[in-house]
Amino acid sequence: MATTAETIGDVKNRVHLISREAAQAEIADGALLIDVREPHEWDEAHLAEAEHVPQDELLERIDELAPDPSRRLVLYCRTDNRSARAADALGSLGYDNVGVIEEGITGWIDAELPVVAKYALTRDQRMRYSRHTLLPEVGVEGQVKLLNAKVLLLGAGGLGAPSALYLAAAGIGTLGIVDDDVVDESNLQRQVIHSTKTVGQPKTASAKAAINALNPDVDVVEHNLRLDASNILELIERYDIVVDGADNFPTRYLLNDAAVRLRKPVVSASILGFEGQISTFIPFDGPCYRCLFPTPPPPELAPSCGANGVLGVMAGVMGLLQANEVIKLAAEIGEPLKGRLLLYESLSTRFTELKIRRDPDCPICGPAGEHIAAEDMGRFPDYELFCGAPAREPTPA
Amino acid sequence: MPTVKIPPVLRSKTGGEAEVASSGATVGEVLASLAEAHPDTREQLFGEDGELNRFVNVYLNDEDVRVLDGLDTAAGDSDTVVILPAMAGGH
Repeated sequence: MATTAETIGDVKNRVHLISREAAQAEIADGALLIDVREPHEWDEAHLAEAEHVPQDELLERIDELAPDPSRRLVLYCRTDNRSARAADALGSLGYDNVGVIEEGITGWIDAELPVVAKYALTRDQRMRYSRHTLLPEVGVEGQVKLLNAKVLLLGAGGLGAPSALYLAAAGIGTLGIVDDDVVDESNLQRQVIHSTKTVGQPKTASAKAAINALNPDVDVVEHNLRLDASNILELIERYDIVVDGADNFPTRYLLNDAAVRLRKPVVSASILGFEGQISTFIPFDGPCYRCLFPTPPPPELAPSCGANGVLGVMAGVMGLLQANEVIKLAAEIGEPLKGRLLLYESLSTRFTELKIRRDPDCPICGPAGEHIAAEDMGRFPDYELFCGAPAREPTPA
Repeated sequence: MPTVKIPPVLRSKTGGEAEVASSGATVGEVLASLAEAHPDTREQLFGEDGELNRFVNVYLNDEDVRVLDGLDTAAGDSDTVVILPAMAGGH
């Protein structure tokens, strides 16, 4: 009786073993690449273009995957034994245009060719993020979580600018940026992601260029638009975490209402003068923005930076505290500012922390919030009254 | 006397002071004496009904007074009353 080793040898003689280089060329040319290993092996690392079809499902599923038996197939496994057997079995089904990658994914990784993985980095990534992966709290696992994270930045202005740069540096894989504004010279006092060269350009484009110069790993998605009730749900649904750097109250309330509904955490900060505030709102776990500020202030109590001024570094301090929160959430480490409002006063360099609690009567995250229809999102009966209502006429004497 | 921390937007109404010592045994009394000494703050803090405006948060040290006893919350000499309006920044 043939021994297993001989059988493998015979099998390998019957199938077409191909080199890694040949495999790369064929993949680029449209060959169907199939990984025949077990799910846990796939999860650890696999080739980016591969379909995952474990060995024992292959014969069953092959005609759905490749209806045309003459289609070029390329198989791989850990070394090449299983894929050789699989290729052999396919041959008896009439699939005779099958290659097997010699030395499988083991040889592939040894040759430092790229793989995608739940918990593995490419060689370039290992070098780039080494200062992160050295930290036991982060490690490769944490870095991969950052690379897999999708973060939406509301605003590429004062807060968004430093935040975007450091999130990009950290390797956040997808950064969406919402801003419909163009770069102005007065922005450059604090919006460090832009430059003199990009004055006049849309902020999203200006930010994207700076981010990709810093880290090409980051996929920047430009959303050159103003958020409103008609687009917000669809937009934030695609992301894991939202960074609120909005410049007006209606947007903050709208974001809050939508984020709570879609259960997206929001890292929210604001700056003015020499002061900053920041908190992290985790829907139904901690308070929401509306628990903290049930009613927006009248205009005279909430001047804009343009009217009041703001110390440029405030944008940096608070924007980076936001980035810090995002990284903790994405890598699942540390303790976010949930239920905590952190105040920073830069003239005295003092931090103060206030406790915020869920409001049991909150119209958004309390029981009443369940009954708000999607089309009423951000549109409270008295919403217009809240935000930007015209000043009342003085009554005649 | 308890100390009241004045947010930047109100400082023009307190002669530029960021911290004001104000007498009172409760948060309500402390804010009332602040409004006595600096009448321009009254309208921002209190509604016509004498209640705290909803858009102003007030903390005794680090707790929102709404989860304590509201304006009746006791305030001692070493306590700080923090007045906090929301900020939104912007151009």
